[in-house]
Amino acid sequence: MNNRSKRFSMLRGSIRQILSPDLLAPLLVGILMLGVWEAGVRISGIPPYLLPGPVLVLQTLITDWGELFPSLLITLQITIVAFIAAVASGLLVAILFTQSKWIERSLFPYAVILQTTPIVAIAPLIIIWVRQAVPGEGSTFVSLVICAWIVAFFPILSNTVLGLNSADHNLLNLFQLYRSSRWQTLLYLRLPSALPYILGGLRISGGLALIGAVVAEFVAGTGGTQSGIAYQILISSFNLQIPRMFAALLMTTVLGVAIFAGLTLLSDILLKNWHESAVKQEN
Amino acid sequence: MPNPAITLSHISKVYANGTIALTDFSLDIGEGQFVSLVGPSGCGKSTVLRMIAGLGKMSAGNIDWKPEQRKLAFVFQDAALMPWATVQDNVRLPLKLAGTSKQIANSAVAEAIALVNLQGFEKAYPRELSGGMKMRVSIARALVTQPEVLLMDEPFGALDDMTRSKLNGDVLDLWLQKQWTVVFVTHNIYEAVYLSSRVIVMASRPGRVVADVAIAAPYPRTEDFRSSSLYNDCCRKISHALAAASTDNSPV
Repeated sequence: MNNRSKRFSMLRGSIRQILSPDLLAPLLVGILMLGVWEAGVRISGIPPYLLPGPVLVLQTLITDWGELFPSLLITLQITIVAFIAAVASGLLVAILFTQSKWIERSLFPYAVILQTTPIVAIAPLIIIWVRQAVPGEGSTFVSLVICAWIVAFFPILSNTVLGLNSADHNLLNLFQLYRSSRWQTLLYLRLPSALPYILGGLRISGGLALIGAVVAEFVAGTGGTQSGIAYQILISSFNLQIPRMFAALLMTTVLGVAIFAGLTLLSDILLKNWHESAVKQEN
Repeated sequence: MPNPAITLSHISKVYANGTIALTDFSLDIGEGQFVSLVGPSGCGKSTVLRMIAGLGKMSAGNIDWKPEQRKLAFVFQDAALMPWATVQDNVRLPLKLAGTSKQIANSAVAEAIALVNLQGFEKAYPRELSGGMKMRVSIARALVTQPEVLLMDEPFGALDDMTRSKLNGDVLDLWLQKQWTVVFVTHNIYEAVYLSSRVIVMASRPGRVVADVAIAAPYPRTEDFRSSSLYNDCCRKISHALAAASTDNSPV
């Protein structure tokens, strides 16, 4: 097959993908809903400060992009830092847990407590404490990262612990028979066995990190140059700039979906050769 | 009888949950013998194999090796392959754990894969292989360290009859070639008789030896052996021993 016809068949493939019912059906439903919404708003004459139509939201998104997008980037920054911290700490603590049943028994309940404490309730406390420890500009950023980390940490921890303990029993025996060191068993058996679980944890935590960041921003409520997208949502609602609030909300949602899609893609790439979740089966 | 290679004396095993798997179990395994353990499920035949392999502690008794420090390999019932690794990486595992240099490992892996006739599948993943092929990978992984003693725990239990017979023949060829001492656990009498120089019949609750049957047919054995009168006599003797053992105690 020559290059041009290969490219042509690839193009045909991607067109078929776009026209597939998996994508087309929800898209149609979405467009229909938006149409009904727009028509409803126009016909009933609901004022935009109660419910703006989608067209107005889109217009606002475009006109206010210059202010909203930098705020979104700040929230994204908090989310990413908190997410990376959650992944690193979650993996490390999980590995520590599987090294000794006693460590797991004595510490796991506290990890659960960390998870079940409502972040809204403790965010003010964290902000105050961090302000004492880290005075100045960076203070808010650090406290928001901590809040988002608390929310994102647990799914990674619990999934990784589950995964590390799910290694095949016979394979564990085989490693024992060949006198594998603890480190070798971890590296060559437990971690690869845990990979699908860890990736499942990442997909949950990615979204949670964003939610944690947004919730903490709501509580912090600080203005100034370093304010995230939640602050924009809050201020817009105070000022009854409801279309702008919707626009900011839309951006946050799209970011959340993008994070999830990105992590799903990562999972598919890493597992494509061997795990049922990523293998394309033809029956 | 050849010189004893492995001597099990008065072994007992009680699991943590109170299950008594073995009581006062003794057995001599001769150098270069192909010994099969047959018996109903729960008779402790897999436990014997695990004790020999050093997987888990014995409650009582001991195992003597002659000479000490034999190279062991274990083949598990369900192949026990790493699904994330290719055929060659699975076969390479024991060498990797032992820290063997890459060059030596590469040639050993290639040789082991050739011995089980899996050339061309080096880069395949386990999910792409049939049950019989997975078992071949598992055997290649056992061969790669050049073991002296091969322990096999119902390796072909999950395979269809045709694949099983084929692999039986292949294992016998390899055994003749490599001169291993083999301990083979199975619940299939016909497989045990075809392969073994000696069949140990076990009964359950508690696990014990009820018969020790020598299979006097010479090697190499062909498929014709399966229809010989010696073969049938041995099978009958073993199934009678099994039946006698299961009638005197325990509800089924």
